[in-house]
Amino acid sequence: MNLLYILVMTLSLYAIRALPMTLIRKPIKSRFLRSFLYYVPYVTLAVMTVPAILDDPRSPVAGALALAVGVVAAWLGAGLMPVAMLCCVTVLVAEGLLL
Amino acid sequence: MKHLSFLRAGSGARFPATSIPKPPEKNKGIYAGGKKGYNRPRRPVAAYIGKRKMSMEERIKTTGGVFREGMRDGIPIGLGYFAVAFALGIQAQKAGLGPVQSFFASLLCNASAGEKAGLDVIVAGAPLWMMALTTLVVNARYLLMSTALSQRMDPKGRLLHRFGVSMYITDELFAISIAREGYLDPFYLYGAALVASPCWALGTAVGCVAGDLMPPWAVSALSVALYGMFLAAIIPSAKKDRVVAVLVALAFAVSFAASRLPGISRLEPSWRIILLSVTLCAAAALLFPRTGEDGQGGDEP
Repeated sequence: MNLLYILVMTLSLYAIRALPMTLIRKPIKSRFLRSFLYYVPYVTLAVMTVPAILDDPRSPVAGALALAVGVVAAWLGAGLMPVAMLCCVTVLVAEGLLL
Repeated sequence: MKHLSFLRAGSGARFPATSIPKPPEKNKGIYAGGKKGYNRPRRPVAAYIGKRKMSMEERIKTTGGVFREGMRDGIPIGLGYFAVAFALGIQAQKAGLGPVQSFFASLLCNASAGEKAGLDVIVAGAPLWMMALTTLVVNARYLLMSTALSQRMDPKGRLLHRFGVSMYITDELFAISIAREGYLDPFYLYGAALVASPCWALGTAVGCVAGDLMPPWAVSALSVALYGMFLAAIIPSAKKDRVVAVLVALAFAVSFAASRLPGISRLEPSWRIILLSVTLCAAAALLFPRTGEDGQGGDEP
């Protein structure tokens, strides 16, 4: 039964991801839709970052510090790995001091 | 040059390497329109590139180079995945899944919130249609991401790659893919997925077996790795484009408010993400429609 559940979960997940990707193969013409889709990644990722970055670590203050450090580091041009590591270290140190 | 055989097999070469006597003329045949492609010639340049020294720039543009770049960027994602998957594995064990089952569930699904919701369905013993419905609702943001990414695929690229790329539209892999310039080279995503997806699956299996071995301070610190990567993906664009900068700041504020204010805070996080994305992006698209100069903005002058 577990296997059936996993199969259904896998298929529905793949359908969600593959349908727009394979059905929308031509460039979208509408200026509104193109602008909309241009903004989607930034907003979606921003909304996923806050409030989760505050809620996931044990201390929300440490999470807020990690957010600030991450934004500054990325603004200064740090790459994926350095920003991710900096955020982790920030939480580690901040929780060490706070908790 | 060991990787070259792999290149020929993988990069969509449509004729065997032995039948390529010399590089084709520029801007003719397969090279026509190459400027707008994956930022590299699309056919087996690797077959003759080995005969001379490659500049660093050329090396990066080969499929193998792009693939390795993807693998490099997949490492931090894999590390973050492992930590999150570990926590998911504990849930999987509680839902009665074995390590092998949870390994393959994660390898095939590549979704965190989605899998967690799926496990809840299993625990509840709900019918299979409920599993399908829950998965659709919880992961509806992938519809948006897939649509956005569909516009970043080379329209002349092979359909096969669209099926391949679809498999790995996760929050993090989407983030690093969308941060690339020009059309997305599917091999960049495959490289990242090759590192990240097994970490995800392995983390689930290990979590399923080893439960609470990881100290809470480590889980806590690693929990922000994924958000750090989100920031690294969105902030550089915010720096370049003031509308994006304001939009991101607004999204932070509104999302925080929506998660704390009475009433609306009861909204499922996955619904909040969709609702805010659609509202804010629609408003931004109405107020600040993009002009066409970067190929992202529409057919205006």
